[in-house]
Amino acid sequence: MSVGIVGYGAYLPRYRIKTDEIARVWGKDPESVKKGLGVYEKTVPNLDEDAATIAVEASRNALLHSGIKPADIGAIYAGSESPPYAVKPTATIVGAAIEATPELTAADLEFACKAGTAAIQCCMGLVEAERIKFGLAVGSDTSQGMPGDILEYTASAGGAAFIIGKENLIAEIKDTHSFTTDTPDFWRREGEEFPKHGARFTGEPAYFKHVINCSKRIMERNKLSPKDFKYVVFHQPNGRFPLKAAKILGFDQEQIKPGLLTPWIGNTYSGSTLLGLVRILDEATEGDLILATSYGSGAGSDSFIIEVTKENEKRKNSKPLQSFIDRKDYVDYAVYAKLKGKIKGVKLEK
Amino acid sequence: MKGLPAHWRLLPQRYNLIGSYCKNCSGRFFPQRSICPDCRRTGSMEEFKFSGKGEIYSYTVIRAPPQGFDYQVPYVIAIVKMDEGPFITTQIVDCNPEDVEIGKRVETVFRKVIADGESGIIRYGYKFRLTD
Ligand SMILES: [Zn+2]
Repeated sequence: MSVGIVGYGAYLPRYRIKTDEIARVWGKDPESVKKGLGVYEKTVPNLDEDAATIAVEASRNALLHSGIKPADIGAIYAGSESPPYAVKPTATIVGAAIEATPELTAADLEFACKAGTAAIQCCMGLVEAERIKFGLAVGSDTSQGMPGDILEYTASAGGAAFIIGKENLIAEIKDTHSFTTDTPDFWRREGEEFPKHGARFTGEPAYFKHVINCSKRIMERNKLSPKDFKYVVFHQPNGRFPLKAAKILGFDQEQIKPGLLTPWIGNTYSGSTLLGLVRILDEATEGDLILATSYGSGAGSDSFIIEVTKENEKRKNSKPLQSFIDRKDYVDYAVYAKLKGKIKGVKLEK
Repeated sequence: MKGLPAHWRLLPQRYNLIGSYCKNCSGRFFPQRSICPDCRRTGSMEEFKFSGKGEIYSYTVIRAPPQGFDYQVPYVIAIVKMDEGPFITTQIVDCNPEDVEIGKRVETVFRKVIADGESGIIRYGYKFRLTD
């Protein structure tokens, strides 16, 4: 059998802030912000959560779902743009926390919002070459938006993990394709707290160019068209872009809606495409074809054609994404500012 | 950077609730012990991983915290009776103190416990949360 997904797991922090509350603080009309971005609320990490704790929770859930022995994991790739350490890999913390150490390779990956899908590709290569039995690919973030910036309405926290292998697949990965250019749409310099975006470059020359070209190429190569897919999921920087990309490519609302999560959880960056895929796998049945295309600023896209197997219905994930979406408590902007370390003079880590 | 080697040695305990099991009397212990307190010399200890599930045995609400926990108040510190027997003292996260009651089910989560300042090591480990 070919390469694919043996198990998957998700994690979202419990706390949420509503778009209305952020808009209230900055004197914006909440209705027009919600309409413009298609985002109603977003996740907020607790004081003791970061990209590593989220990666561990998601990986433990994936391990539980897969039923494999952690010692059989030969590679861990942790993708994030908000790792807790500049130097000290998150992948080592994940490895220890799921008892997969020491006989494995591990590394952190960084590519804005697409490091998680790049991690899946790395694992696929090693599994296909039979260098490893199973690989663990994680995407997790606790992203930051500058107070008052448009990104503050969407930058959220969450993550997902996938165990890639050849046995007992819940879904087969039929093909993967990438599309990469050097594009200055979004960046953060070393040591800077908040990212910057080249406003002129977001949208057409960045998100849409990469997502659409990458999706088109992989469909052409496999002689498939949008009508062949039951589901499609794209990176979700807001609630609007993925819908527009779907329309341009010829997918309809029923195909994209199940995996569209940004309206309720915000943009989880490295977790975004992966969590959308988790949501789809939670409900997909045998034979369903899924097109998944991530996007990372800077810029690039990774596309995957995924076919769900019978095993997915037999081995339902005991922690479906909806359970994390429904488990929530709201915070106001003041508490949000404290949790995100945005209050001047307050050093959270003593 | 105080206690870094000790923290490193305790990673299995702090990350994965690894304690001890006595093959002689089936006693389970957390934290890890090298000698069974009941069997002494006749005991035979091996590593044992706790499931991370249990219930609140007792708890208190911290309003005057130690340094490093200043911004988490009010928070709950509980004695949890693990399903396998032993008691563990732990923080209960993601809840309001009024949600916590004796007997409520809890499960382990992986969290940041404390960081050695802004440039030091981040100490991760177990905490618990109320089971949905
Ligand atoms: Zn004994």
